[in-house]
Amino acid sequence: MAFASKSPWVIHYDGSSCNGCDIEVLATLCPGFDGERFGVINTGNPKHADIFLVTGSVNEQNIDVIKEIYDQMVEPKVVVACGICACSGGIFHDCYNVIGGIDQAIPVDVYAPGCAVRPESIIDAIVQGVAVLEEKSKALAAQKKGA
Amino acid sequence: MGKATVIPFGPQHPVLPEPLHLDLVVEDEKVIEAIPQIGFVHRGLEKLVETRDYNQFIYVAERICGICAMGHSLGYAETVESLMGVEVPKRAEYLRVIWHELSRIHSHLLWLGLAADAFGFESLFMHCWRLRERILDIFEKTTGGRVILSVVKVGGVVRDIDATMMREIVNTLDGIAGEYRTIVQTLLSDTSIKNRTVGVGYISHEEALNLSMVGPFARASNVNYDVRMFGRGAYGDLSDFQPILDTSGDCYGRVKVRCEEVLQSIDIIKELAAKIPEGDIAVPVKGSPQAGAQASNVLEQPRGECYYYARGNGTKFLERMRMRTPTSENLAGMMKALEGCDLADVNMIILTIDPCISCTER
Repeated sequence: MAFASKSPWVIHYDGSSCNGCDIEVLATLCPGFDGERFGVINTGNPKHADIFLVTGSVNEQNIDVIKEIYDQMVEPKVVVACGICACSGGIFHDCYNVIGGIDQAIPVDVYAPGCAVRPESIIDAIVQGVAVLEEKSKALAAQKKGA
Repeated sequence: MGKATVIPFGPQHPVLPEPLHLDLVVEDEKVIEAIPQIGFVHRGLEKLVETRDYNQFIYVAERICGICAMGHSLGYAETVESLMGVEVPKRAEYLRVIWHELSRIHSHLLWLGLAADAFGFESLFMHCWRLRERILDIFEKTTGGRVILSVVKVGGVVRDIDATMMREIVNTLDGIAGEYRTIVQTLLSDTSIKNRTVGVGYISHEEALNLSMVGPFARASNVNYDVRMFGRGAYGDLSDFQPILDTSGDCYGRVKVRCEEVLQSIDIIKELAAKIPEGDIAVPVKGSPQAGAQASNVLEQPRGECYYYARGNGTKFLERMRMRTPTSENLAGMMKALEGCDLADVNMIILTIDPCISCTER
């Protein structure tokens, strides 16, 4: 991809992560890695966000919260699973209160593994997410035209 | 007097990177009661002790919380060592404390950044996280990880720090201390920050004792308690250690205590780096804890006292592992501080208490 067609705004939710991935998500947006050079801005409002960064796994308590945030986001939207717990449950996969990765609750587009996930892989996942976002918006436009 | 309404706060909230839900009962603009609801991060990892042996569990213990990761692996290792009667080499004790104090600096800088963000002081947030990045660089050079270090094992540490690297750490810390002093001076003398924090979320000395608060939260209410002053491990070799106290008991006091603790940690690391003895960094640990053997341990985490308890059953697996983390101690104090505050101050009060939800719920 030679240029980004959109400045992706991200929203972050901590599922049941140990904080390690959360602080790396924030570190990605801070000096040192500076995600803002790709136009990435962290927002607290699901309706403003294009990319949903989820850290940590799904459990009974937070599954509804994750679904709710996902439903409130406007199409087209992309979900990035940050960290191995969000991808598969990781080291906690056999805990009694862990259902599994984020894909148990909502469809995931990009997986960024790592414990804790490195800021480089988060940036990489977001850039990949922008490409997915573009495909989705094209499909959405074609659908509108056809209708 | 208006009618009481309930405003939900969290679990997804821009101020908190972690999920915590509060039901704020407000009357006009005053919070009359705060009802916490937790359980969003509960994984049940204490039960994993039944399926992971005591050497493997250290990696689980480290992932209780990504911010206090070093502290939890250290606390767990010390507990199992006292359970099995293992004597750790002196050099390993020094290295552990150096990494632990580095992680305290990284935790406090992270907190200061988030607090500045809650004030609406975004450039300060960026500056704090820029300084913190340099601590993470030290972690990466010495251990290979940025937040999860995996450097402590039962019986010692996995890696050594050589003399060249030690000099580099001290030089980096000197650089950080210079820049940090400028930041703190700006922060603490700023009028708008004083307006937001002085007298807000007041907790008296008696209340702090009654609610058994720990860490910087209690020390800002003049409670003279810091586990480091008992002088266990390498802390005993420090020439002088005095907990940093403040008498004000409000948000400003808590900000001040944490700001000064960073400089104190830098002094501790510099002193230990000069004194570190030569020798082994680990002893081999064989066998398993005896049936019925019990051990407990306390440790000063960045957020306060953390208590560990372990019981053996004669196999490689522990019978029970239990932690009591600083934030679960401080939750009662947090609810007390929120009572009667303005709705706009809720963010500030929660952040100056620095809750760590994933520690609390495990």
